[in-house]
Amino acid sequence: MSLFSVKDLRVQFNTADGVVEAVKGISFDINPGECLGIVGESGSGKSQTFMAAMGLLPPAGQALGSATLNGQEILNLPINKLNKIRGDDVGMIFQDPLTALTPHLRIGQQMREVLQVHEGLQGSAARARCLEWLDRVRIPEAKRRLDQYPHELSGGMRQRVMIAMSMLCNPKLLIADEPTTALDVTVQADILDLMVRLQKDEGTAIALITHDMGVVARMCDRIQVMRLGQFVEAGDTREIFRAPQHEYTRTLLDAMPRIDAGDAPKALDKIEDPLLKVDDVKVHFPIHVSGGLFGRKVPLKAVDGVSFDIRKGETLGVVGESGCGKSTLARAVLQLIEPSGGNVSWLGHPIVGLKRAELNKYRKDLQIVFQDPLASLDPRMTISASIAEPLKTYRPDLTDRERKEMVAQMMERVGLKANMINRYPHELSGGQNQRVGIARAMINKPKLIICDEAVSALDVSIQAQIVELLRELQQEFGLSMIFISHDLSVVRAVSNRIMVLYLGRIVELGDGEEICSGPIHPYTKSLISAVPIPDPDVERSRQRLKLPGELPSPMDPKAALRFLPSRLAAGQTDYVPQLSEVKPDHFVAEHDSLDTIMNGA
Amino acid sequence: MLAYSLRRLLVAIPTILLLIVACFFLMHFAPGGPFTSERPLPPAVLANIEARYGLDQPLWKQLWDYLYNIVVHFDFGPSFKFKDRDVNDIIAQGFPISLTYGSLSFLAATTVGVSLGIAAAIKHNSWIDYFAVGLGIAAQALPNFIMGPILILTFTLWLGLLPGGGWNGGQWQYLIMPVIALATSYMGSIARITRSSMLEVLNSNFIRTARAKGLPTRTVIWRHALKPTLLPVVSYLGPVFVYVLTGSVFVDIYFSTGGLGQAYVGSALSRDYAVLLGVTILYGALTVVVNLLTDLAYAWFDPKIRY
Repeated sequence: MSLFSVKDLRVQFNTADGVVEAVKGISFDINPGECLGIVGESGSGKSQTFMAAMGLLPPAGQALGSATLNGQEILNLPINKLNKIRGDDVGMIFQDPLTALTPHLRIGQQMREVLQVHEGLQGSAARARCLEWLDRVRIPEAKRRLDQYPHELSGGMRQRVMIAMSMLCNPKLLIADEPTTALDVTVQADILDLMVRLQKDEGTAIALITHDMGVVARMCDRIQVMRLGQFVEAGDTREIFRAPQHEYTRTLLDAMPRIDAGDAPKALDKIEDPLLKVDDVKVHFPIHVSGGLFGRKVPLKAVDGVSFDIRKGETLGVVGESGCGKSTLARAVLQLIEPSGGNVSWLGHPIVGLKRAELNKYRKDLQIVFQDPLASLDPRMTISASIAEPLKTYRPDLTDRERKEMVAQMMERVGLKANMINRYPHELSGGQNQRVGIARAMINKPKLIICDEAVSALDVSIQAQIVELLRELQQEFGLSMIFISHDLSVVRAVSNRIMVLYLGRIVELGDGEEICSGPIHPYTKSLISAVPIPDPDVERSRQRLKLPGELPSPMDPKAALRFLPSRLAAGQTDYVPQLSEVKPDHFVAEHDSLDTIMNGA
Repeated sequence: MLAYSLRRLLVAIPTILLLIVACFFLMHFAPGGPFTSERPLPPAVLANIEARYGLDQPLWKQLWDYLYNIVVHFDFGPSFKFKDRDVNDIIAQGFPISLTYGSLSFLAATTVGVSLGIAAAIKHNSWIDYFAVGLGIAAQALPNFIMGPILILTFTLWLGLLPGGGWNGGQWQYLIMPVIALATSYMGSIARITRSSMLEVLNSNFIRTARAKGLPTRTVIWRHALKPTLLPVVSYLGPVFVYVLTGSVFVDIYFSTGGLGQAYVGSALSRDYAVLLGVTILYGALTVVVNLLTDLAYAWFDPKIRY
């Protein structure tokens, strides 16, 4: 008998525009101990399905149909009966571990209340059970964590706490709603490993809601592909990856870039006069720490001596985990924040420390596209006004008509319909807004565009379209790009060369394909090995390189020498690892042997 | 936290000094003086009086003497208007009265406002929600100088239940109307802020987590939602606390309570430099202390804030 069974479930929302049906009559079963993947893009209704079943819909939503757990109807149960199931028979973990825990309650308090409510367990017995579970999700120093507040833990650790908390009462079903989407790849890999083990050891069934085909390939026994509130395809994971039946499934799979296959651009030849030369750039932020009557300031070295150059027409991919300084570096290159040291020169002219008016001459050639398309457009300006704004600054000689003409051309070029000129950003989708952002950056035909996580907030199919658009524009206008992303598969698909950052420093820089297929630095190796591959056979047979320790903080002085434990042991805490050219045009930072690192930390 | 408090209080000293100097010059540059009246005094008499209060000295000397007396003797000088009374006396008499009805108003506005706001958010779109929203708007449309006459008209003139004014040592009958008059508009604002803050918190991810854990609604609200809800309320309460503690000129006038508000406004109108400065410094010091308390309260509401 199936553990959890949904029959003809509908979810409706009463909105000002009438009733909107988010889930349109779906049925599925989850068997004990299996992992079912519910795959779909944003707005497909995949989360709402489970929210409805667990009585967690917002007040405007209502659920119709049937959902049974162990044969008992649970849909629209009164809250006091539902509360006996939630957290006891069914555990839930959510996408954003940073906001999913109550900020003012200690980890221990939040875990204990689950045991108190469901099992009446209190005091040292409850504490012992919490500790046991924190250990099982492999949180270091579990005892200390019980008395800490959520903000004192990293994102990965908070997600482990969420998992431990939802597993406290040994639930039969764990609903995981995009559990790793907000996490770095190495942390994601850890969390997925953990969930696989729980599924095996505890026999817990998992409903994994995700948009990431790589995660699905690793985790799921069966998949349901969902689109616009309906299932379009269902079946065994391997079957679906091998021979997807529905067109939409094929689109999803094709849109997903792979780190181990598919086309990748080659590195361009070195040239004498690079377009942009970045030389030993440093960005240090003073951070206030307590101590003494007035406290003191210590520098946070967000970017600590980065040098590279950009060749004409090339794309440099910049990857690294959160806190590695990718975005800060982009802003420093554009002089949006002033570097604390080093030099940036554009076509041979230094642009660091220039006055605003002088800098503006160069800004015309240096543009940026930001991560959050909606937030980076002025909500009170129509999109055509946003696109036209750089023209007004740099081409004041144009007449209104000429300007309109250019905006219309650019809009057409980036795939925005002509009838959208008077729309506002909130009326457009994320992908359309990002096209606006690109049009705005492109309107003056710049020579260099920095894409700072420009596709990270978009659905995979949209992401593929935007990447394609950027590539075409690059061909057409011969522009260079710095493509910053935490997603290595996307970076590989667009970049000639890839630069890997770790805590503000370069650890490896070289040809994109070379870095992805034959990384040399241990950090790059662990990063690449953690990227999920959307192919169940390849993904499940892969060996991961797991470096010891959690993702370190940039405030920890020892973290910078994580790959040189020998220097640390020798007391040289200020030592700066040097880059060396191991192959032509392939630079790797100094590091100890892998064995030393694995045993050292 | 102790170091932080000390640091804040140290910074307060130059702040208050600056406040004194600025007020001092502003007042002296304003036309007229404490002894200007409709019937001008004979020049000889005026000179005499001014000499007695030191007003014939150069400004910097006056300022210096004033500061010196405060720092060394804690003496804020004599009142220019009321013979034989000095500023310390006037504050000592009026402040306890303002403090009494002010803190009661604060207590009433906070408890009723917060409870109403929470009830409205929990029962979103119910009659209690509409009532709270309505009251919030009504209270803002009914400032205390409108509430005062309405209350007196109703309870004293029509119903004859309460005395229409006076203080009488702060007996409860004399307190009710001033407290209601002063509290109403703040209560409305507090209810409104609490309601919208609670609605936002109830929509947040950690409340969803708490519900998904199977916690009873009661626990979700009181344990998980209350503290973050009150954070924006607390930042509003700080300045409100200072306002109501120092009394209200309208309450003092309508109900003849004799609080500091009346003395303050009176002194500004009659250029009673010493009283005006004295009360201003009291305001300033109270603001500094209350702001510090508010900031310390933040740390209790939100563990992310550490000093």
